[in-house]
Amino acid sequence: MLSTLASASRPVAAAPEAPLVRVEDLRVHFFTRDGVVRAVDGMDYVVNKAETLGIVGESGSGKTVSSLAMLQLVPPPARTVGGRILFRGENLLERTPKAMASVRGKHIAMIFQNPATSLNPIYSIGAQLCEIVRWHEKVSRRQAEERATALLNLVGISDPAARLRQFPHELSGGMKQRVGIARALLCNPALVLADEPTTALDVTIQAQILDLLAELQARLHMSMVLVTHDMGVVARMADRITVMYAGRVCETASARTIFTAPRHPYTRALLESMPRVDHSYSGRARQPLPTIAGRPPNLLHPPAGCRFHDRCPEATAECRRVLPVETEVAPGHTVSCIRHGSQGVAA
Amino acid sequence: MSAALLEVDGLSKWYPVRQRGLFRQHTTGEIRAVDDVSFRIRAGETLGLVGESGCGKTTTARAILNLVEPSAGFIRFEGRDVVPVFREGDRAKVLQIRRSLQYVFQDPWLSLNPRWTIGETLKEPLRVHLPDQPHRWEERVEELLRMVGLEPHHAWRYPHEFSGGQRQRVGIARALAVEPKLLILDEPVSSLDVSVRAQILNLLVALQDRMGLAYLYISHDLSSVRFISTHVAVMYLGKLVEIGQVDALFTRPRHHYTRALLSAIPVPEPGAANTRIALQGEVPSAMRRPPGCPFHPRCAAALPVCREVEPPLTPAGEQHRMACHNPV
Repeated sequence: MLSTLASASRPVAAAPEAPLVRVEDLRVHFFTRDGVVRAVDGMDYVVNKAETLGIVGESGSGKTVSSLAMLQLVPPPARTVGGRILFRGENLLERTPKAMASVRGKHIAMIFQNPATSLNPIYSIGAQLCEIVRWHEKVSRRQAEERATALLNLVGISDPAARLRQFPHELSGGMKQRVGIARALLCNPALVLADEPTTALDVTIQAQILDLLAELQARLHMSMVLVTHDMGVVARMADRITVMYAGRVCETASARTIFTAPRHPYTRALLESMPRVDHSYSGRARQPLPTIAGRPPNLLHPPAGCRFHDRCPEATAECRRVLPVETEVAPGHTVSCIRHGSQGVAA
Repeated sequence: MSAALLEVDGLSKWYPVRQRGLFRQHTTGEIRAVDDVSFRIRAGETLGLVGESGCGKTTTARAILNLVEPSAGFIRFEGRDVVPVFREGDRAKVLQIRRSLQYVFQDPWLSLNPRWTIGETLKEPLRVHLPDQPHRWEERVEELLRMVGLEPHHAWRYPHEFSGGQRQRVGIARALAVEPKLLILDEPVSSLDVSVRAQILNLLVALQDRMGLAYLYISHDLSSVRFISTHVAVMYLGKLVEIGQVDALFTRPRHHYTRALLSAIPVPEPGAANTRIALQGEVPSAMRRPPGCPFHPRCAAALPVCREVEPPLTPAGEQHRMACHNPV
């Protein structure tokens, strides 16, 4: 099973090859009674083959909604109202719901945040895993069970054959998340979307799960989009990082660049405001942490111009009038801030 | 060195495990949620209490306030033994202790009454603890709101009108209403976003500096613990495994569990040397606590003695104690 998984995937892609996913001007709005909430409002990003893209941002920044849009899973009252999601050159947003079902779990799979709620409590682990295999492929029950056993083994679950007959409540949180990962990998997807995969877990278990994901990603040459608010997690896992704020992308660059030479004032402020476990704060003059004044805007009425301007220490009058456009400021490094080399359009 | 404000000595909380028989329940064992925990906190200090879920951090905090009754051990506040006071239940005496020890809850979405205005929420502790001075309540509410960085007109609003950060400020104001000496902060920033988290941590530090408050700060987020604490205690399966000054504990941990816990935190620095000490397996259930050192089945440095003898908490340097037969 492992050998077929490995041989089915292609070798690590060279840089100029076409990206696996190209998201262009994605817009997802929530049509609420109070008005239209522009949760994702013009988002562009690419996911290259065999890479991990980290999407970071605070709650309400649109990071989760943008990944759900890729699978046409945005929950009502939200709707994807614009943009394209090109997966291997095909726009997924044009697929009918029925045609989309053959993509989910097969080509693009998802690992959810809370393993306790993403597994169905009334079906055995085996039933849940085999259902997915048999939905996508014409295989016998026996073959599906063999696949499920191999995957449980792959994610480090001991005695996998016995586990197939167990129910979710019989497993610990870490084990459930391993099952969640096995479920995502059943059909050898080209892309895995992992939404806060370790947020619900304790640190030592988080470390085990992150190790597992990194190892599987390298071994199976799959691409991964890792959605998280934890800068420590993306630093460990991501090749490239996209920072989101209020439904738009602030900055995209290699992980190293984001942490060592961030340009967008929001990225910088976010990094500075986190206390660090490897930093001493004791002593007489305890310095306060740098903070970002105010709070994220209400996306019913997003601010004109740059969405960060009213909290930005560097904002000028122009920032209020001009909507910054993501501009490449260095190879592989795009920023949307007119004070840091981006172009803009009048708002 | 000033005397301890709060002294916890041999605190234990055991829960019986019952099995239903044919006619009655049988007690078949016990879960030691908190087992022989001792520490002290002085005025102006913050003790960070860390550990993974189920290790007994919250039960320890609740036992201090007698929200769960301790099974054994002493809790002394300003030198006075408080457990018998709670047990006897003399309302005046209980209130006097509760005034000095206040609790800030983890989830600001659940801990505020949605039908009460913020002003009503803040007046409630005053009504209980200062019933004879109703003329001072309004003024005090205003003062409290200012203290935590809110505006006096916020008193007329309801919790749903506030963001998570603002709600947590209200939760802190409510705890401060009765001028406590020690605040128990149970994961006060875990449900907040990164940028708001820093604001609340700064507020807590500023309040402490201004009023000389002592904090018991419970969290699994070790970076905020490092920021706010003067001392740190690490718990594992109900036991205190290591306690010491914050910098010493973070830079030179002596217990293998502390070391593994610290090394498991992903550092926001790409390509940081992976010095992680992998822990095998998961925390065992408190019902099946291993004999000897509770950490021995996951410990790489375990000796044969660890399987049989539970290591006592022993001094390991200035203001540092740890419970390990074979320390780092």
